[in-house]
Amino acid sequence: MANVLQTSFLPSTSSLRRRSISGSKGKSQSLQVKAKIREIFMPALSSTMTEGKIVSWMKSEGDKLSKGESVVVVESDKADMDVESFHEGFLAAIMVEEGGVAPVGSAIALLAETEDEIAEAKAKSQSSSNSTPQVVEEKPKQIEEAAPDVPAAAAAPSVPVAKAVTLGSAVHPASEGGKRIVASPYAKKLAKELKVDLGTVVGSGPLGRIVAKDVEAAAVAVPVAASPAKPDPVAPGIELGTVVPFTTMQGAVSRNMVESLSVPTFRVGYTITTNALDALYKKIKSKGVTMTALLAKATALALVQHPVVNSCCRDGNSFTYNSSINIAVAVAIDGGLITPVLQDADKVDIYTLSRKWKELVDKARAKQLQPHEYNTGTFTLSNLGMFGVDRFDAILPPGTGAIMAVGASQPSVVASMDGRIGMKNQMQVNVTADHRVIYGADLAAFLQTLAKIVEDPKDLTF
Amino acid sequence: MHSICFQATGVPRSNYIFDSCSPALAISKPINLRFCGLRKEAFGFSGLTHSSSGRVRFSSRGHSKKVSASAESNGSPPKSFDYDLIIIGAGVGGHGAALHAVEKGLKTAIIEGDVVGGTCVNRGCVPSKALLAVSGKMRELQSEHHMKALGLQVSAAGYDRQGVADHANNLASKIRSNLTNSMKALGVDILTGVGTIVGPQKVKYGKVGFPDNIVTAKNIIIATGSVPFVPKGIEVDGKTVITSDHALKLESVPDWIAIVGSGYIGLEFSDVYTALGSEVTFIEALDQLMPGFDPEIGKLAQRVLINPRKIDYHTGVFATKITPAKDGKPVIIELIDAKTKEPKDTLEVDAALIATGRAPFTNGLGLENVNVVTQRGFVPVDERMRVIDTNGNLVPHLYCIGDANGKMMLAHAASAQGISVVEQVTGRDHVLNHLSIPAACFTHPEISMVGLTEPQAREKAQKEGFEVGVAKTSFKANTKALAENEGEGLAKLIYRPDNGEILGVHIFGLHAADLIHEASNAIALGTRIQDIKFAVHAHPTLSEVLDELFKSAKVKAAALSHGPVSEPVAV
Repeated sequence: MANVLQTSFLPSTSSLRRRSISGSKGKSQSLQVKAKIREIFMPALSSTMTEGKIVSWMKSEGDKLSKGESVVVVESDKADMDVESFHEGFLAAIMVEEGGVAPVGSAIALLAETEDEIAEAKAKSQSSSNSTPQVVEEKPKQIEEAAPDVPAAAAAPSVPVAKAVTLGSAVHPASEGGKRIVASPYAKKLAKELKVDLGTVVGSGPLGRIVAKDVEAAAVAVPVAASPAKPDPVAPGIELGTVVPFTTMQGAVSRNMVESLSVPTFRVGYTITTNALDALYKKIKSKGVTMTALLAKATALALVQHPVVNSCCRDGNSFTYNSSINIAVAVAIDGGLITPVLQDADKVDIYTLSRKWKELVDKARAKQLQPHEYNTGTFTLSNLGMFGVDRFDAILPPGTGAIMAVGASQPSVVASMDGRIGMKNQMQVNVTADHRVIYGADLAAFLQTLAKIVEDPKDLTF
Repeated sequence: MHSICFQATGVPRSNYIFDSCSPALAISKPINLRFCGLRKEAFGFSGLTHSSSGRVRFSSRGHSKKVSASAESNGSPPKSFDYDLIIIGAGVGGHGAALHAVEKGLKTAIIEGDVVGGTCVNRGCVPSKALLAVSGKMRELQSEHHMKALGLQVSAAGYDRQGVADHANNLASKIRSNLTNSMKALGVDILTGVGTIVGPQKVKYGKVGFPDNIVTAKNIIIATGSVPFVPKGIEVDGKTVITSDHALKLESVPDWIAIVGSGYIGLEFSDVYTALGSEVTFIEALDQLMPGFDPEIGKLAQRVLINPRKIDYHTGVFATKITPAKDGKPVIIELIDAKTKEPKDTLEVDAALIATGRAPFTNGLGLENVNVVTQRGFVPVDERMRVIDTNGNLVPHLYCIGDANGKMMLAHAASAQGISVVEQVTGRDHVLNHLSIPAACFTHPEISMVGLTEPQAREKAQKEGFEVGVAKTSFKANTKALAENEGEGLAKLIYRPDNGEILGVHIFGLHAADLIHEASNAIALGTRIQDIKFAVHAHPTLSEVLDELFKSAKVKAAALSHGPVSEPVAV
């Protein structure tokens, strides 16, 4: 549960508090007994996140929540994350339904302190659901108000205050209006041409703006109505002597490849004995486990011990330590290449991972991958072993820290320590990494861990 | 001597597009509508903001003894004069006037408070042409389709921003020194300082911190030009919210720039920025883009210059508030509906270029000393550029040319007006025909025009009861254009079938700006279609587009029986 973020419930905004007081005016309540309805905000799960998508609500309206309990799964620009509660109470009203997108810092649900306040909170959610900008606007005020309290009041509020500050900095100014989509002129044009719904595209431009390449990336996954499935994609309909322009996907690949030249990469190789892994594979193959899933799992477990190899360098000035281990696996598809992502490969068990992999591959073939299913990878695997390739090296995809090229596992004659000659299955792996964040020793240590895991794969099946 | 002058003036007289978005033209004269870039809103300004210039407001300065002494004799003009002609402002207009004055034997001085060359040479058409030359080449090199059709192979084209900026700056310096040298060589006195009229036929000039000098002249021409007009609510910081003055320095190439105003200036900059890799959003107050152009040309231009490029637009909206980028926030532009005035949208972009036209630069000229009040900053003049005072009387010996009078805000129009004034003061009456002055927009491809647009011609025809004919030819049929693989383009002729008079010509296509002169000369000289159609054009050239245009016009037989038209018609 390392990925469960310690953010979530922020103190209720002054506006809400004020409103609730005025609502109970005339009853001459003492100040202490004011209604406690808190807003649950969309947290900033990463520094680049400007909005989040609600993957699922783990609680329904009316459910009781205890402190630290997970309530909602939010999908950020990188991964899905559980968001847990800082307070006890009742989930009174859900303001953003599953599948909905909310800007960072906007209210997504209301939390009532007592059961009696649920109805009141529900009424508020209706009135304030169309006043999202107001909530966002008042955020800075809230920070100002809360800050001086810290030394005096201490304790409870201090944590949310700190969070509020980081939230404030990550708020996209464009999102002040609520659910506006900010896309550059060319991105809009492309979206229209490629029939991509901008609402589903995650922006990677300045301040989260959607730029052309985001639309192109999305278009690769979205099945374009105009391109009917080709019955025989294998037949190479290549006419010699012609120049064939890139497809959108190939264009995107081309751009990414050129972009990769601006990253200082280096490579470290390792030979790993796979007899134990092969034996394990043979044993659980019948349960639908694939070699790709096994390799991804092994890699993910090794990455847990070497977080730096799972990091990346976004701005040339800092390490971005990714909170989840998402293994992207390169897949050749008709006329191109895509990298479906096995999210949280370190946490998901091998059987689920294998099923997930099959599903992703099917979707990739049908060009139905969603953006988060192919652009959230933190580490990439490229396996050409099935073609008998014994070693190769890979180009580092921009935005990630490392990629591992996996060759075929082949029987080799090996001299062992005790002076004997034996036959062992060995595969060569070769990691390409961004030397701004990942150094030689990091890769060496990582590969050593990986070799250990592969050579003694009992952890792979839990 | 003459050849020097010729060479030097040739370049600066090239089109001065930057003044073409005059806000004032629209109401003053219907014929000028086509130059009016933008919004009626622009007419609302009262105090003009002067973003840059060497001019200081003299009203705020203590008068020197010398000035007050001279003020005593304000009522009576001096008996002997220092000069025959003094021109205030050494832009293209002042320069053209000075050169012609020397040719006519006048002792001439020119007063300049900033740098010789004015807006056109330093902050307008000249540096912008350098940027556009670069953008044209980039565009060509980046167009794989175009290159492939020619059988060329070019690897990825790139550019160095500073190198491009230097090219523009170097060009401006070069033209500036050409201009300065040509005047010096002819014996024009260049007086440095800010010129102010202190009385009839009397001007003082001086720099801040130096004593003022008083000079007298038989005739005085005001040619102080204009500055970019910035509507209120827009905060220009020179970095992320900029005017053409800043944009021409090309200090940055933003990823996404909003251009407020889709007239000449906006259109040319969209060409530059998109060629250099920016994406552009146009903000236009009127309901359609490029409102000043002939509708048919505008439609084609939009299809070629806007739609296929990385440009989108908002029409029918005003930018009421533009806040420069700061504290990690982008440039924020608030849009309201132009008609309902209701908030319409908010844009967040990396930069905004304000291209809403230009405002006359006439503050501190001392016009009050000769009882003249400006109208929205413009100096009122008659058709002979003679300045009109508050009582509607002509101010003797005082003329105003160029952007400062707002008749037609183009560099070459200013120059033509200056020459016209010199003709008058040297004893030959002359009235300039503004309908014969061509205008051009140096996009890729270019747009050019002279005379009336089709709607203007039809309106005039209805009033005066004549028929209007329209002829069109396409660049697609032109050998030279096809050889260049640049067949996209249209030439349009608007004429009177009854007598063969050319009312207007509009060209969109390769080198349109150079092609227009055959038409503008014909209008200026009063040449009719039935005569010009027999003129021979070299083959194969782009000028054959016009040849074909004239030949395709259907002039009625009755007109043909008349001999060649005798007198040039001045309007």
